[in-house]
Amino acid sequence: MTNKTAVAWTGVVLDETVRFSLVDICEACRIDAESIFEMVNEGIVDPEGSEPMNWRFNTAALRRLQTALHLQRDLGVNLAGAALALDLLEELDALRRRLA
Amino acid sequence: MEFKDYYKIMGVSRDASQEDIRRAYRKLARKYHPDVSKERNAEERFKELGEAYEVLKDPEKRAAYDRIATGRQHGERFTPPPDWAFDFGFGGGGFTGGDATGFSDFFDSLFGRATRGGRRETRGGWSGPAPGQDQHANIYISLEEAFAGGAQTVALAIPEIDAQGRIVNKTRTLNVKIPRGIKEGQRIRLSGQGGRGWMGGAAGDLYLEIRFKPHRYFHAEGADISLELPVTPWEAALGQTVTVPTLGGKVELKLPPNSQNGQKLRLKGRGLPGNPPGDQIVTLRIVTPEAATAEAKALYKKMSEIMPMNPRAHMGV
Repeated sequence: MTNKTAVAWTGVVLDETVRFSLVDICEACRIDAESIFEMVNEGIVDPEGSEPMNWRFNTAALRRLQTALHLQRDLGVNLAGAALALDLLEELDALRRRLA
Repeated sequence: MEFKDYYKIMGVSRDASQEDIRRAYRKLARKYHPDVSKERNAEERFKELGEAYEVLKDPEKRAAYDRIATGRQHGERFTPPPDWAFDFGFGGGGFTGGDATGFSDFFDSLFGRATRGGRRETRGGWSGPAPGQDQHANIYISLEEAFAGGAQTVALAIPEIDAQGRIVNKTRTLNVKIPRGIKEGQRIRLSGQGGRGWMGGAAGDLYLEIRFKPHRYFHAEGADISLELPVTPWEAALGQTVTVPTLGGKVELKLPPNSQNGQKLRLKGRGLPGNPPGDQIVTLRIVTPEAATAEAKALYKKMSEIMPMNPRAHMGV
């Protein structure tokens, strides 16, 4: 069964200029602000801005949050474990890029 | 459809204990988790594994599966027996977590209908609308496509709910606009193009991650394009002008006199477009002409007399 769509979809390119507010990031991650606070406190992401209402998250932060949520959901790791895994994964990526 | 040997997928024997199965799952889930693994088929393996575990972790489903699995081989043709009726009941067993979207037709044919009710139960009762799942996929484009931009056709397996309430995979073809100068690893977010919501809940988002297909001679690092350029010794020594391919077409590059092998030259703004655009980094590779004829040999000999040189002097030899 094939459902064909001919329309050309234009998405938002998540480049380095994109920023998400707290409301945007909650919506994108489908979690509540409380969960974002916990992840900020754990050091998983470090938004720009001092007050939560002024927080701005970049696309790298969105990816880290989403990966942390996937790791929690799929592997049962806690926040601290997810934070550690994310840091190690980034280090591994950087090393792989140097080898490429 | 094909019969799936869930024990084989999980690498456990048919008499494995529930504890063995849980351990095998944890281990393989870490290995093939798409956010962690660099294996090319990680996503597929992870889904297959989740499906196998969904069945084997639940003693009721496992027992039902065991009844049909006896004597069957992984990959053989399979149709559910006519008397197959896996009734969940709402008391025990049931779907105890995970993400049932994207399971195989084989799974759907055995447990599909029950999954739906079970799935809802796990979220704290029948509470009305629920948002759809986000979907993540990689798209592979050429460097030329990244340079020029354009539309790219993407085929995705989208789990949908059919008239019988089963989750089935439908192939959906999307034509996605690729902006000029997109970089490897960047994602395109298409709001509302992910999995469908339940009971009128909002659809999930679709994330497409850009991957570059390997190119014959260009290599991208961010917006910069690197190229190894073969040159002759006289082009390098005399600082001649050579023609260099770039993604935007041929350009002329004047080599600095006495250029050396491995020397890097920057063609400003000739990388991927952007603000600012990337550069093209040209690394010179000096190719030694073959001394194929007596005349060529004589010329090399003459060079050694006119330009004696010890490139190993710094090694003290």
